[in-house]
Order: sequence, then C-alpha cells, then structure tokens
Amino acid sequence: MARVLINVPRSARRGDVITIRTLIQHTMETGYRPNAQGDVMPRDIIRRFTCTYDGAVVFSAELSPAIAANPFLSFTTVATSSGTVTMTWEGDNGFAQTETRAIEVT
Amino acid sequence: MIVPTRRLLLAAPALLLMPRQAGATQAAMEEAVRGFTGGAAITRGRVALDISPLVENGNTVPLSVIVDSPMTEADHVRAIAIFNERNPQPHVITAQLGPRAGRAILSTHIRLATSQTLLAVAALSDGSFWSDSAQVVVTLAACIEG
Repeated sequence: MARVLINVPRSARRGDVITIRTLIQHTMETGYRPNAQGDVMPRDIIRRFTCTYDGAVVFSAELSPAIAANPFLSFTTVATSSGTVTMTWEGDNGFAQTETRAIEVT
Repeated sequence: MIVPTRRLLLAAPALLLMPRQAGATQAAMEEAVRGFTGGAAITRGRVALDISPLVENGNTVPLSVIVDSPMTEADHVRAIAIFNERNPQPHVITAQLGPRAGRAILSTHIRLATSQTLLAVAALSDGSFWSDSAQVVVTLAACIEG
C-alpha cells in the first residue's frame, strides 16, 4: 500500500465549500527516462483518481505522465451531509488504492 | 566534398545548439485540445492559470486553475483540462467537476520538460469553452533526463 496524505476537514457546516487535498506516494514513471543501463524504463503511472462523497462522484481526474511523482491533487466540494469521502487511485500494473475519511456536517 | 573552411568550423557549435525535436509540438497540442473540445471554439477569459513564470526544477511545478463560475446546477464547470506544448505528450490532466464542487478550482504538481506555454481549458455546462495560457521558463528539465 502506498502511503497517502489526505486532508479532509473532520467537521463542517452544511453548505460550506470544503477543500480536499490528497497526496499519494508513487513514482509516476514517465516511460521516457533511461535507467543506469541506458534502457528506457516502462511507464508506471496513476491514470485515474476518483473522489466520491456519500456514493456520488464529486471529482475525478485522468492523469498523464506529465503529473509529478507523488501526485498531489487539491479540489473543493460542498459539505452536504455527514458521511464518508472515498478516494480511489487506479494506475498501471494493476495499481489500485482506496482511502476513506469521515466527515461530520452540522 | 565539403572543404572544411574556417567559416564552417566556426559554425559547427551552432549546430549542436539546435533544439532537439523531442516531444509534443504545437500541432500535437492543438490536436489534443480538439480531442477535449470536440472542435468547438475556445474563448479566452474566465479561466485563471496560476503558475510561477520562472521554474527552477521542472520535476515538480505547482499549478492551479481557477474558473470564474457560480457552480450552480444551471451554470457550472463540467471539466478542466491542462495541455502543454513541449513535453513528450501534450496532455497533462483532465478533471471532471460538477455543481457539487462548490468552486471551480484545481491544484496539482506537474512536470515540465522545457520552457514552454501551458494552456488550461474549461468546459462549461452551457457547452462553451474558455481558456488561459501561461508562459513558463524552466531551468532544470524533467521527463527526459534520468
């Protein structure tokens, strides 16, 4: 499992716009860099990120090799109700990771 | 046979300085943008692409895109895409948002292979496309070098 840093507020007022920031440990190998032997290393990137809030997709993104190593993404969503925020990363070589955070809306 | 004149020898280093044709070109970027817009016209404005004009390390370049939109059910940003001109591939990221985003803002860290122009395009719910571009100077390149 790759290490992740996720910043979702624990609580928010209903209707507030909250900022979600995520960072996941991943090399994001571009497929263009040569290794010490001079051979080009195959591509190994995270291709897709999805964030769902109480089952509904609120943000998703398709990533390219142009995204830096340890992809960082920051976006916003409206705090609608108490529940869970689920974040999924999918990538090359069967990479898949899901993280959840609870949020309390008052 | 070319006689190696003094003038030719003096010109030789200039050949070494010629830019390598590595990566995407303007045409490749335009095609990638067409793939996103479906050929629709793009208007400048409403989008703000925020990136440092001088970048020391192209391996991680912070970037954010803000679109001026009320983000309501009737008028919101559907997607934001970022393109580059001279990385090996023209596409950087495509993000899908909706009225539940509250604000149309996206931040990430990207790689830049060389000094170039970046383009951010926003797709709105009414079918229009808006854009902003930014010129970036990179001193240490990413992607190609090990």
